[in-house]
Amino acid sequence: MIRFLVITLTLLFVHLNVQGIEVCKSCKVSSIHEAVKAAKSGDTLWVKKGTYHEYNILIDKPLTLIGIEFPTIDGQDQGEIIRVVSDSVTIDGLFIINVGTSYTTDYAAIRVVRSKNFVIKNVILEKLFFGIFIEKSSLGKIYHNKIIGDAVDEYNSGNGIHLWYSKEIEISKNIVQGVRDGIYLEFSDYISVDENISRDNLRYGLHFMFSNNDVYSKNIFENNGAGVAVMFSKHIRMYENTFRDNWGTASFGLLLKEINDLEVENNVFRNNTIAISVEGANRVNYKGNTFESNGWAIKVKGACYANLYSGNEFLHNSFDVSYNSKINDNVFDQNYWSKYSGYDLDKDGIGDIPFRPVKLFSYIVNRTPETIVLMRSLFIDIIDFSEKVSPVFTPDELQDFNPLMKRLK
Amino acid sequence: MFKILKYSFFDLVRSRWSYVYFLFYLLLAATLLFLNNDLSKAVITLMNVIIILVPLIGTIFGVMYFYNSKEFTELLLAQPIKRSSIFIGLYLGVAVSLSMSLLLGIGVPFLLYGLTQSAAIWDFSLLLITGVFLTFIFTGIAFNISLSNENKIKGFGYAIMMWLFLAVIYDGLFLMSLVFFEDYPLDKLSLIGTMLNPIDLSRTLILLKLDISALLGYTGAVFKTFFGTNQGLIISISVLFLWVLFPAIRMVRKSNKKDF
Repeated sequence: MIRFLVITLTLLFVHLNVQGIEVCKSCKVSSIHEAVKAAKSGDTLWVKKGTYHEYNILIDKPLTLIGIEFPTIDGQDQGEIIRVVSDSVTIDGLFIINVGTSYTTDYAAIRVVRSKNFVIKNVILEKLFFGIFIEKSSLGKIYHNKIIGDAVDEYNSGNGIHLWYSKEIEISKNIVQGVRDGIYLEFSDYISVDENISRDNLRYGLHFMFSNNDVYSKNIFENNGAGVAVMFSKHIRMYENTFRDNWGTASFGLLLKEINDLEVENNVFRNNTIAISVEGANRVNYKGNTFESNGWAIKVKGACYANLYSGNEFLHNSFDVSYNSKINDNVFDQNYWSKYSGYDLDKDGIGDIPFRPVKLFSYIVNRTPETIVLMRSLFIDIIDFSEKVSPVFTPDELQDFNPLMKRLK
Repeated sequence: MFKILKYSFFDLVRSRWSYVYFLFYLLLAATLLFLNNDLSKAVITLMNVIIILVPLIGTIFGVMYFYNSKEFTELLLAQPIKRSSIFIGLYLGVAVSLSMSLLLGIGVPFLLYGLTQSAAIWDFSLLLITGVFLTFIFTGIAFNISLSNENKIKGFGYAIMMWLFLAVIYDGLFLMSLVFFEDYPLDKLSLIGTMLNPIDLSRTLILLKLDISALLGYTGAVFKTFFGTNQGLIISISVLFLWVLFPAIRMVRKSNKKDF
């Protein structure tokens, strides 16, 4: 009995202690500004349903900001809305709208500066410039947010989730659409990006610059100007992502540029103009990916050494692999090619004659792009065949010596 | 005209060759489906075959039929019937019966295989439409050639040459000229070059469906509007119509002037 009483009292005490400050139009505290000012370190602010016309809210102590039934914070295009400069801040369940646009300051709906252990979740952002901007911070979580932009031009729009000089941050289950770059990482290491959906963005679904040791998995990148651009980075792992419908003259599912030591595994590339465009990438392993109905599955533009392509499926792409030179230092092994027409007499599941994924026609198209109108012509088939018999223009040793006879799955 | 059409149509439907043609397509489509187990892949393979074979068969059949029914044509010419309706009737008879063999030969196995529930139905119908267009165009051209040549052997020779030129040689010359002039803006030239050859034109129509993602990879405003919008489809189909119309008109003109 005494034990029960003690527990009840403790619970009651804890409950009273964390109750914190309520914010609503008819409450004692009617604005978030005042609430933050009045709050003590570690308090919880309960923001009730309603519209709050506020901007430049500075959170400078560890607080938990919780919205009840998605209160609206309307910045009226005045500038930044929430700035966090303290460690251990949680922001949960707000609807933030009308972030100001500026060409000199990157106004963000929520900006976190030099803080640790922050959590931003269940936040909805609309009519924004920059969405969530993390600056020189670490150990944070950005979880289950929805960012819906209405960007029209690249020059006057911002990014959905922007990380700059940050470390060890989890970005998961967010939906980002209609901004410039869905998720942007610059000088950010040890970041994990999982299960996000990034679509209809002007530039990239996900953009990496100078960021190392990051992992991203199970994301969907759809109908962006280009899917994912990974540039000047190393030790990145990407697996089980889906890249689809990235169409256009300079569009690709995945762009790799100046990259070292990358793992690209079990991703799906479907209906992209170029599934993977590679330039200056070394020691990249591509395993178990599916390339389906792309214009170009893999377009190698040069300076790519010691890459391994194995166990991938190439299904009905217009061009499977395209090279612009005769030099090849990459290995293709045990992939499934829907264009493979060899046989398997010893029935070990591996074709008895090697497959040459680079066609002469892809070389011609690289040189004179207009010739693409001749695709699938009988004449092209004839010259492709003669090139296959004795390669003159395409890399001689570029062959898959063990092409698979059946699809992997 | 319709009487003659009816006559030549039923004459052909009863003939062995239509059945051979029909059975050939039936067998081809059935084997493809049997081996591939994948409708869209079968459609692609079939497209390669149709674009080359349909013109060839149309040409040979047209020339053969024209020379074979020469006596019948001359008999008809003695009757009080307009010349244009005699020749148009014969032409339509051949073209319609060939198209029927094609449609049934390919259509039946695909329908049995469950085409209607498949996403490939649009690609497939486009394939059939281009097949029918090509039949009409090449039968028309074949009639023109045989009208202009009394000598059977010469007529056959010209017809085969014409097919070889349009199916293979034209693309070779086209490719060479594109590579040769690669320093100049070529997007208009390449589209016009495509329009001038009905086989290329039908190929483009199918490319629009199958390889659109690759076609959009080229940066050219003309290309982009042509391939990126419905404009490409509309223009291609209207030019195919023109390709049907021109041989028919020339045939009528030639037959009116010709001294039999």
